[in-house]
Amino acid sequence: MRPTAALSALLTAALAATALTGCGSGSGSSPNTLKVSYKQSTDNSVKVMDTYLAGVKKEFEKKYPGKKVEFVPIKAPDSEYYTKVQQMLRSPRTAPDLVYEDTFLINSDITSGYLKPLDPYLAKWPDWNQFIGTAKAAARGQDGKTYGVPDGTDTRGLWFDRRVFAKAGLPADWQPKTWADVLAAARTIKQKVPGVTPLNVYTGKPAGERSTMQGFEMLLYGTGQGTSDPLYDSATKKWITAGQGFKDALTFVETVYKEKLGPDVSDALDPNFATTVNGELLPQGKIGIDLDGSWLPQAWLAGSGHDWPDWSKQLGLAYMPTQNGQAPGKVSMSGGWTWAVPAKAGNPDLAFDFIKAMQSEANAKKWYIANSGISVRKDVAKDPSYATAQPGIKFFTDLVATTHYRPAYPAYPKVSTAVQEAMEGVTTGDASVEKAASAYDSTLKDVTGGQVIQK
Amino acid sequence: MRRLTRVLPLAPAVVLLLLFLAGPIAYCVYIAFTDLQLTGQAHASFVGFGNFRHAFHDAEFRNAVWLTLVFTVLSSLVGQNTLGLALAALMKRASKPVRTLTGGVVITAWVLPEVVAGFLLYAFFRREGTLNALLDWLHLPRQNWLFTLPVLAVSFANVWRGTAFSMLVYSAALDEIPSEITEAAEVDGAGGWRRMWHITLPMIRRSIGTNLMLNTLQTLSVFGLIWVMTRGGPGNRSQTLPLFMYEQAFQNSMIGYGTAVALLLLVVGSLFSVVYLRLLRTEV
Repeated sequence: MRPTAALSALLTAALAATALTGCGSGSGSSPNTLKVSYKQSTDNSVKVMDTYLAGVKKEFEKKYPGKKVEFVPIKAPDSEYYTKVQQMLRSPRTAPDLVYEDTFLINSDITSGYLKPLDPYLAKWPDWNQFIGTAKAAARGQDGKTYGVPDGTDTRGLWFDRRVFAKAGLPADWQPKTWADVLAAARTIKQKVPGVTPLNVYTGKPAGERSTMQGFEMLLYGTGQGTSDPLYDSATKKWITAGQGFKDALTFVETVYKEKLGPDVSDALDPNFATTVNGELLPQGKIGIDLDGSWLPQAWLAGSGHDWPDWSKQLGLAYMPTQNGQAPGKVSMSGGWTWAVPAKAGNPDLAFDFIKAMQSEANAKKWYIANSGISVRKDVAKDPSYATAQPGIKFFTDLVATTHYRPAYPAYPKVSTAVQEAMEGVTTGDASVEKAASAYDSTLKDVTGGQVIQK
Repeated sequence: MRRLTRVLPLAPAVVLLLLFLAGPIAYCVYIAFTDLQLTGQAHASFVGFGNFRHAFHDAEFRNAVWLTLVFTVLSSLVGQNTLGLALAALMKRASKPVRTLTGGVVITAWVLPEVVAGFLLYAFFRREGTLNALLDWLHLPRQNWLFTLPVLAVSFANVWRGTAFSMLVYSAALDEIPSEITEAAEVDGAGGWRRMWHITLPMIRRSIGTNLMLNTLQTLSVFGLIWVMTRGGPGNRSQTLPLFMYEQAFQNSMIGYGTAVALLLLVVGSLFSVVYLRLLRTEV
């Protein structure tokens, strides 16, 4: 019996261990094939990026005879996309030649040595001078080198439904001046228009960075004086612990969910909720006010699955106000994605040629419009056919002047998760604002290796 | 020389096992002692038992261990095992059509891929789901277990999916019991429960042990089902160890820590195995 027992235990351990280890396969790269990895929408009816890239591929293959472009799309929610890409970038056998990188994570991937500095290429590319300064800085590593070419940016604000507002007796040209104004409008909707979610603020871990950026940071960056970053102190290079502004922002989230002004908590914590909001709830007039990003209309363009050509008649746009209306009076956050060349890419030169083809003035404009993106090229921003291509573009492009960028340093993704945990605590009612804030402080200390400061 | 020719046919298998089984495991063990990250780090360094110390001080890890135990005991020991035995015993007496039909239905759940089963049960339990439609129709109060009692919901899901396996094992075991013994007990005046307790259970003891072991180990590593249904949420109220490990390794990018948690999961599995092996050894 004894040896059998030992053998079974060993087998057991071995079986369990095989289940826990994965194995990936890859293929070598050929000098004439350019592999391009990008994030495919998880909404099957949205094919914006696929269509755009197919067009550029055709143009590119015509211009460079004998070269082939092969797409390696990754269909996954944001956080799983990042993980998949990072694993691919670790080995030359799986690394694509060109990869779509979120500015949220690019600094972290630069630190890991996954990406190649693009400075030698950029120096020889005249179009680079057309990019606005903040966009150029978005993909700059702590070593001062540039690792990615941004394909646009985004800004954020309040979307409100005029149909709901009319029923609630609220103005069609609504523009709140303070947080209290926003909450007051939501309370009015709750009272007068049953069956409608008065105010959607993304929250909790399932929504990932969406909660942090569209939800929490849109609040946090409107507290205090608005002169310095409330998350990261660049003078001391330390992360800032939860102060009064942090707690006020959490209180706002708590109020929304406690007073049932927001969506049902179980819906808000459903990882696919954002797709529902964008594709169903907003078009159906089921949401009064939505704190969200500039890209929403990409899901409503013709051929994108949820056609809604006259959305601008039913939806209005308002700036997200600062807490008490203090200067500059409005808040926006900006992020965006970049095209980057992996350090282990087989064809980096060809990859940069593809970037140039994608980011030519004509193609960049086509992409901004298709993607509801905000231009980072000066020439396109000035182009009247861009500014009038879609309602809302002017509103969101104007926000670029006052928008904030995240402190996207290597620790940021973990700080962001800590923020989401704090939000989730006050959303479900599991934690008070004080408790959530102190939990944030201790997690912050943990994930930044003690690089924290109280302000 | 004879020896060598005997060993030779085994060589390919041994080489494959070493390469694809022992290799990755050894690599895993090594990583568990480093602070390797998926991103945001230029070089990984050796940290000794740091990851394990961190785990034991981590309230979320302890929460995950607790939920894993609840999930395993509820769905594997109580659910799949007992229900499987009950079904097998009932089916032995049932008429052929009933047996075929029940067997077919139960096994369908087992045949379904994990992710498909997860989606089905998500659709069943969610707020606008089938269960609530049924409850409405019966004028009973609605539930939202995916939110209020997620561990119970995923445990139910695992019972639904995994019972067929136990049922098959026990069906085979029950068929092995000689009918003379049961008949003799019946003549002696033993009722159904007494026959079950004094005859059936002792005679299928080995099958019970094997079944418990396989069930438990499988349940301990359930990931897809829970991931599809709740993603470990809301909060971390259904975050069992495999989900916790995934979150640490791939979402927080801390591969080193995640791997250490994987090794601890292995320890939990081994503890269960040791207990079952002991049970198997005792003679009646």
